Amino acid sequence: MKLKKAILCLLAGLALSGVFTGCGSKDSENTLTVLNYGKYLDPEAIEMFEEETGIKIDYEEYVTPENMYTKYRAGAIDYDLICTSDYMIEKLIQEGEVLELNYKNIPLSENIDPAHFAFSQSFDPDNKYTLPYFFGTVGILYNKDMVDESKVNSWNILWDKEYSGQIIMADSVRDSFMVALKILGYSLNTTDEAKLKEAQDLLLKQKPLVYSYLVDEAQDEMISDNAAMAVVYSGEAGYALEFNDKLAFSVPEEGSNMWIDSWFIPKSAKHKENAEKFLDFLCREDISMMNFDYVYYATPNVKTKAALDLELQENTTIFPPAEILNNCEVLKPLDDEVTMKINLLWKEVKAAD
Amino acid sequence: MVKKSTERVYLALIFLFLYLPILVLIVLSFNDSKTRVQWGGFTLKWYQKLFSSGPIMEAFFTTLLISLASAVISTLLGMLAALGIDAMKKRNQAIMIGATNIPLLNADIVTGLSMMLLFVRFTQLGLTTVLIAHITFNIPYVILNVLPKLKQSSRTAYEAALDLGATPLYAFFKIIWPQICPGVFSGFLMAMTMSLDDFSITYFTKGAGINTLSTMIYTEMRKGIRPEMYALSTILFLLALVLLLFMNFGPSAHKDKNRN
Amino acid sequence: MYNLKRQLLAGPYLLWMAGFILLPVIMILYYAFTTTSGHFTLLNISSIFASIHLKSLFLSLKLALICTGVCLLLSYPLAMILNKMKEKSQGFIVFIFILPMWMNFMLRILAWKLLLSNNGVINTLLEALGLPALDILNTPSAVVFCMVYDFLPFMILPIYNAMARIEDDILEAASDLGAGAVTVFFKIIVPLTMPGVISGITMVFVPALTSFAISDLLGGGKVLLIGNVIEQAFMQEYNWNLGSGLSLVLMIFVIASMALMSAKGEEGGAGVW
Repeated sequence: MKLKKAILCLLAGLALSGVFTGCGSKDSENTLTVLNYGKYLDPEAIEMFEEETGIKIDYEEYVTPENMYTKYRAGAIDYDLICTSDYMIEKLIQEGEVLELNYKNIPLSENIDPAHFAFSQSFDPDNKYTLPYFFGTVGILYNKDMVDESKVNSWNILWDKEYSGQIIMADSVRDSFMVALKILGYSLNTTDEAKLKEAQDLLLKQKPLVYSYLVDEAQDEMISDNAAMAVVYSGEAGYALEFNDKLAFSVPEEGSNMWIDSWFIPKSAKHKENAEKFLDFLCREDISMMNFDYVYYATPNVKTKAALDLELQENTTIFPPAEILNNCEVLKPLDDEVTMKINLLWKEVKAAD
Repeated sequence: MVKKSTERVYLALIFLFLYLPILVLIVLSFNDSKTRVQWGGFTLKWYQKLFSSGPIMEAFFTTLLISLASAVISTLLGMLAALGIDAMKKRNQAIMIGATNIPLLNADIVTGLSMMLLFVRFTQLGLTTVLIAHITFNIPYVILNVLPKLKQSSRTAYEAALDLGATPLYAFFKIIWPQICPGVFSGFLMAMTMSLDDFSITYFTKGAGINTLSTMIYTEMRKGIRPEMYALSTILFLLALVLLLFMNFGPSAHKDKNRN
Repeated sequence: MYNLKRQLLAGPYLLWMAGFILLPVIMILYYAFTTTSGHFTLLNISSIFASIHLKSLFLSLKLALICTGVCLLLSYPLAMILNKMKEKSQGFIVFIFILPMWMNFMLRILAWKLLLSNNGVINTLLEALGLPALDILNTPSAVVFCMVYDFLPFMILPIYNAMARIEDDILEAASDLGAGAVTVFFKIIVPLTMPGVISGITMVFVPALTSFAISDLLGGGKVLLIGNVIEQAFMQEYNWNLGSGLSLVLMIFVIASMALMSAKGEEGGAGVW
C-alpha cells in the first residue's frame, strides 16, 4: 500500500506542477494563433520562426473552407492570421471580418508577383486585405496503369462504370459541384436552383462508383495505388507525381476552377504585428522555398520560382499554363440562402446509398 | 478432446483478430519502404523522425499532462464527493448517484458539444477547457469506484477513534483511508485511462495549437498516413504492455486480487 | 452533526456538476429550441424526421445493433472458455485480452485502415493465395468491423467478471440434482451473467450508436451516421441550432434506451474492471 501511496503522491505532484507551469506560459503575450489548411506549411518553418523571433505559434489546421468559416465564426479562439481560398475571403470581406494589412510591415511582399495581386483584385479589389500564398487549379490525378489516357481530358471519366470503386471524389461542397456543373456546361457560380439540382442528380448517379470522398488524403491513397483516379488540387498532384511515376495529372477540357489561397488578418486578431511579422517571414526567399518544397503548389513568389530548376519551373502540373487558366473560373461566394441549399443538396448526396 | 481443441482454435482466432492489426503496425514501423505493403528492409528512421518531430512530442506531453492532471483533480473531487454522498440519507444518495451516472451514459459527442457551447459563450477554448472537460467526465468513475468501498468500511471504528480523542483528519487517515485506498487507486487509474483514450470530448473543447495524441492522429489521418505514426503506435503499445504488466503482476498486484 | 458536516464534502462536486454538466445541457436546450436569431422554434428538433436525418439515424441504429450483437456472440463463448481455464494461466490470458484496449483508439482505427484498403495487407494476402479481393473499406461493413474491434473488450470484461463470480458449488449442486449441461447453462449461467451482459451491451451500444470518428476515417465520406450529421452541423455548416436539436434527440434516445436496459437488470458497471 505504501508503494501505491508514494506513486500516487508522485503523480499528483508532477501533474499539478505541470498544470501550473503550463498555464503560466500560455498567458504570455508573445504568441500568434494561425489557422491554415492541412499540410499547407512546413512545420520546420514554424519552429524557425519561433526561434528567430521568440514568438510562440499556436498552429491549427482545417480541411475545407466551410470548416474554416465555422471555426472562425464560432469565436471560441481568437485567430491572428488565417489562410484560405478566394471565395471564402470575399465572403468574410463582405461581412466586414477582415482587417487591412499594413504593407510597410511586410517589406518582403515585393517578392510576390504583381500579376497575382492583380488577379486577387477579383475578390480583394484594392489589394488591401490579402497576401497571395499559393494558387492552382483542380483536375484529375490518375494512374496510367489503370486508366485509359484518352479519356482523362473530360470530367466524364469520373462517371465511367469501368472504374467503379476506384474513383476518389472531392469531399468539399464547392469542388464536387464544380465538377458536375462543368460537365453540364454551367458556371460553377450558378445560383439557379434547377441547375444545382441537375448537378446533384449527376453526383447522386456517381455515388455508387465512388471509392471515397476525400480532401487531403486523396494524394496518399493515389500514391499507394489504392484508387485509379482522384479529383485533386494541382499542387497535390505535383507532389504525388514525385512519389509514384505511374501517376499523371489532367485538367479536363470542360474547364475547371482556378483558385488562389491567401493570407488575411481577421478582426479577431490580438497580435496583428506578430501576424505581419510572420507574413514577411513567409515571403522570405528561403522560407518560401521550404514551403514550396513541402506543399508543391504554384508559388506567386517570383524569387522562389526563379530559383527552381528549369524543369520544375516548366512543370505544367504545378504551374498551370495560361491556356489552362484561361479555361478556368474563380469561385464566388454564394449568399446564405443558396449556401444552405447547396449544403443540403450535398448532404443528400453524402447520405445516399 | 474435440471440444478442447475447438476452444483453443476459438481463442486463437479472437487473439488473431485483436493482435493482427497491432502486429501490422509494429512491422510497418520498421519498414524502409514508401509503399505500405512492400518490405523494403529494416530501418529505425521512422523512430528518429518521430522523436525529432516537435508536434508529435508536444502532443504526447500534452496527453500525459491532461490525463495525469485530470485524474488527480477528479480523484480528489470524486473522493470528497463519495465521502459526502456516503453520509447522506438513502433517498438523496439515490438522486446523487443517478445524477453521477448521467455523464457516463451520455454520448461523448453530446458531452463534448455541450461543453463547447458553454465554453464558447463564456471564455476561449484552450488547454484549460480540455482539462475541465476531462475532469468532468472522469469524476463519475472515481465516485463509482470509491463509494462501494465506503459502504463496506466499518463506521464503528472511525467513531471509536473519535471518541478516543483522535481528530477527524487523523481518524480519517488511520481508519477510512486504508479501507478506501484500493477504490481510490482504481478510480484514479480508470480516470487516467479514459482521459488517455478520449477523442470526441477533446476534439470539441480544444483550443488552437493544442493537440492530444488522439486529436493529432485524427488530423494527421485526414491528411494521409505518415510512417511515424506506426512508430508511435509501437511505442504506445509497448508502454501499455509494461504498465499493465506492472499493474497486474507487479509487487502490489496480489493485493488488488482480494478486491472482489 | 458529523453527518451534516461530512455531507458538505460533496459540495465542490455539486458545484462542479452544476457548472459543467447542468449548464452545458441547458446550453444545448437553449440552442435546440431557438433559431439563429434567437426566436423560439421546434424545427431543430423536428428536423430529425427529415429524410436524410432519419436515414442516418436508422443506419446508426443498424450498425450499432449489429456491432453489439457480434460483440456479444464473440464474447460470451470467450468468457466461458476463459473462465474454465486453470487459475494460474487465467490472469495472463485475461490480461492479453485487455491489452489492445490500452492502445490509443485512433491508432486502432489506423491499423484497420491499413489492413482493409484496396491495396492493403489483407488484400495482398488474399491475392497471394489466389482468392478474390475484399473490397470493404469505405463501406458500412468496414465501420462495423472497426467498431467491433474497438469495443469488444468492453463486452468481454463484464461478462467474464460476472461469470467468474458464479460459485462452482451452485453448478455442482445443479448437476447433482440431475440438471443436464444445457439446463445448467440456461437456468443458471445465463441468468447469473445477465448483469454483466447488460452492462456489456450498454458499454458497446452507446459508443457505437454515437460514434463519428470511425465512420469519418473508415467510411470514406460515404457512411453518414447520426454522429457525423451532428458533427458536420457544428463544424462544417455552422448551424449550431440544428446540431443542438439533433444532439438533444440523440441524448434522449440514449438515455431512454439505457433506462430500458437498466430496468432489465442490475447495473454491473462499477465491477467491470
